[in-house]
Amino acid sequence: MPVAAVVVTFALTAGIVLAAGANPIDAYRQFLITPLQSEFSLLEVLVSMTPLMFTGLAVAFAFRAGYWNIGAEGQLLCGAIAAAWLGQHAGGAPKVLVIPAMLVLGALAGAVWALPPALLRTRFGIDEVVTTLLLNPVALLVVSGLLNGPWRDPVTKFPESPRIAGGAEFPQLVDRSRLHLGFVIALVLAAVLWFVTTKTASGVRLRAVGLSPRGARFARIPVERTLLTAALVSGAVAGLGGVSELAGIQFRLTEGISPGYGYTGVVAATLGGLSMIGVTAAAFFLGLVNVGAGTASRVLDVPTQLGEIITAALLLVAVGLILFRRYRIVRVTA
Amino acid sequence: MRGIVKRFGDTVANDGVDFTVRPGTIHALLGENGAGKTTLMRVLYGLAARDGGEIFVGGGRAEIRSPKDAIRHGIGMVTQHFSLVEPMTVAENVMLGAEGGFRLDLAAARELVAQASERVGIEIHPQVRVDSLSVGERQRVEIVKALSREARVLVLDEPTAVLVPQQVELLFEALRRLREQGLAIVFISHKLREVTAISDEVTVLRRGQVAGTAAIGDVDERELARMMIGRLAAGVRRESASAGGEPVLSVEGLEAEDSRGLPAVRGVSFEVRAGEILGIAGVSGNGQTELAEVLSGLREPTGGTVSVDGEPGRIPEDRRASVVGELSVAYNLVLEDLDSYRRGPMLDERAIRRRADELIERFDIRARATDSVQGLSGGNMQKVLLARVLAHEPKALVVAQPTQGLDVGATEYVRSQLLAQRDAGAGILLISEDLEELLALSDRLVVMYEGELVGSFEAAAADVEEIGALMAGLR
Repeated sequence: MPVAAVVVTFALTAGIVLAAGANPIDAYRQFLITPLQSEFSLLEVLVSMTPLMFTGLAVAFAFRAGYWNIGAEGQLLCGAIAAAWLGQHAGGAPKVLVIPAMLVLGALAGAVWALPPALLRTRFGIDEVVTTLLLNPVALLVVSGLLNGPWRDPVTKFPESPRIAGGAEFPQLVDRSRLHLGFVIALVLAAVLWFVTTKTASGVRLRAVGLSPRGARFARIPVERTLLTAALVSGAVAGLGGVSELAGIQFRLTEGISPGYGYTGVVAATLGGLSMIGVTAAAFFLGLVNVGAGTASRVLDVPTQLGEIITAALLLVAVGLILFRRYRIVRVTA
Repeated sequence: MRGIVKRFGDTVANDGVDFTVRPGTIHALLGENGAGKTTLMRVLYGLAARDGGEIFVGGGRAEIRSPKDAIRHGIGMVTQHFSLVEPMTVAENVMLGAEGGFRLDLAAARELVAQASERVGIEIHPQVRVDSLSVGERQRVEIVKALSREARVLVLDEPTAVLVPQQVELLFEALRRLREQGLAIVFISHKLREVTAISDEVTVLRRGQVAGTAAIGDVDERELARMMIGRLAAGVRRESASAGGEPVLSVEGLEAEDSRGLPAVRGVSFEVRAGEILGIAGVSGNGQTELAEVLSGLREPTGGTVSVDGEPGRIPEDRRASVVGELSVAYNLVLEDLDSYRRGPMLDERAIRRRADELIERFDIRARATDSVQGLSGGNMQKVLLARVLAHEPKALVVAQPTQGLDVGATEYVRSQLLAQRDAGAGILLISEDLEELLALSDRLVVMYEGELVGSFEAAAADVEEIGALMAGLR
């Protein structure tokens, strides 16, 4: 399915590429092949992939349980807020202390942000799609409020936080590239979540709840508790994504710290078929498209938004293909 | 309707049914669930295509292939589930489907509603939105809809199922008025009391065939009940069980509501002892489903107490909804006890597989451990549920409609398993619409009617007529 989705998407967007004034074949080569051809750009792809892994894993884990968490964006921002707070107060403390603390705090912040919609769902049956979604702009407003108020950089007067302490910065993994610890953490998370969902009793129960809540309830699986747990884990993982972006790339909190990572995470989760390994691959692909869009716009003079268009089209096509997998079109003769 | 035949796969829902309704009469169509009443009327209304037989309306042959044809022939139907658009007004609803042309003529619709409600004898305001109407009022809107299409025949499918007693009386008055105006009314029901109260003639269906037709004055209620239930073979009785041991399941004053919020279980009390099967008989829709759901832990009761010895094993009514279809047979079998298959943080897949193979063998499940459950036949799905439940050797079992939809082989198997459990000392509560099954398996039998338990019988002394009468609401 993912391969088909990619092929169909490219076929569909070829027309847009043409309208933007470029040869589709050239454009797609820039998008997909060129970034892989140099060490630097390959590492940039991994950098781009990192936040998408966090949000993709977070979303996929929740979706697997049947909890439609669309709030990864806000949960990520809360993780970033927590990391920024700790980063500004870390003083001269060493990395080995600060970084684990940031991770814990960031995960907690994400989980806390995920809690209200989860409670509304488990206690009152209120649909979580809307509630998680609506908390996203709220989180952004909190960020905005902080950056225009108590956290405004006293030196530059810009609405961005002061730079975090050195002890709070994620170490670089490779010299002269931006690849940072966050990438490794994301991979570890992917492995852990993969293990939990496929190899543990809790994972089977979680999947049962997602596949058939009534059947799971009948098997005496605590459905509400499972949903709540999935929601909180999902929020925590997204929160970790916020920590990763702040401590690994941005080093200060800004309003633009997340250009929709939470939403792109939904694309990654869907494209990856909700499996942790699939999400990792999808995140790589989306990172590739992201980096490729940058180079394509420079080389071919097409708008950078083309990358976003393709990503969005990918989601729609992937969902459409899922539909065709479930239902066959049958000709009915009267 | 003459010689109507309707098949669904191997089941013959209507087997050569003759049914005649005269204008100016209320003709009841009586029978248990599954007798074929609704199917027959669906054939009449064009919702189902008949496999044999003919329909005559007003003396001439009628070819009815869709509700549109039926309406054209003057047949109107009010189903149990209303087809009204709630945010729209009465007049708009009446107009739906009969707009006739491009422009909406609301004034004409209002006029129609006014005329029809006069005929029915009850004021129905055309401008009122349907979602502000009570259930009884909505039903009358449905009747008005049918009348506005100039129906000469009005079919009502279990109309009192959704009404409280006062509304039932109002409905009956409306029906009597319509009868005076020469309408032919078909009243589908399984409630004897109502049938005798309102109808002029009655036809009883049993297992797809006409068991009898009569004028109400010519037949008494006991006879009707007997026609509904039929003469069951007195045999199929195994030696009566022991005197029964300790109670394993006690229910006291249990109350519960159905999914609509209406009371479904009204103060039910009973006891199931070890080594006995207590059967609950009753036509579907009298609260058995809700009772089973409460005892299975799927529904919260609104009153009363339940005490069980240990965790009750449950065989649910809706087997498809009680398994996780997309998981394998093996996982479904061990789904309740996953924690006991853990080796450290991981699941011991081999141990699960071994257990699954064991259960597949023991319970004769015709499937592989790796097959996904949703592809299994009904019989095998039921065996998976049985295996999961019985593997725990529960002391109390709550079983609802265990052989519904199963073939002969699977049915035999399930019944023999239940008897084996009983012989091993389990106490079983058996809820079933199949009276034959209840008589074959139960040691004691009670009847459930409108949420209450009426009548209690030792199986050996069970009087089928008596049971049938209770099921239909007599005494």
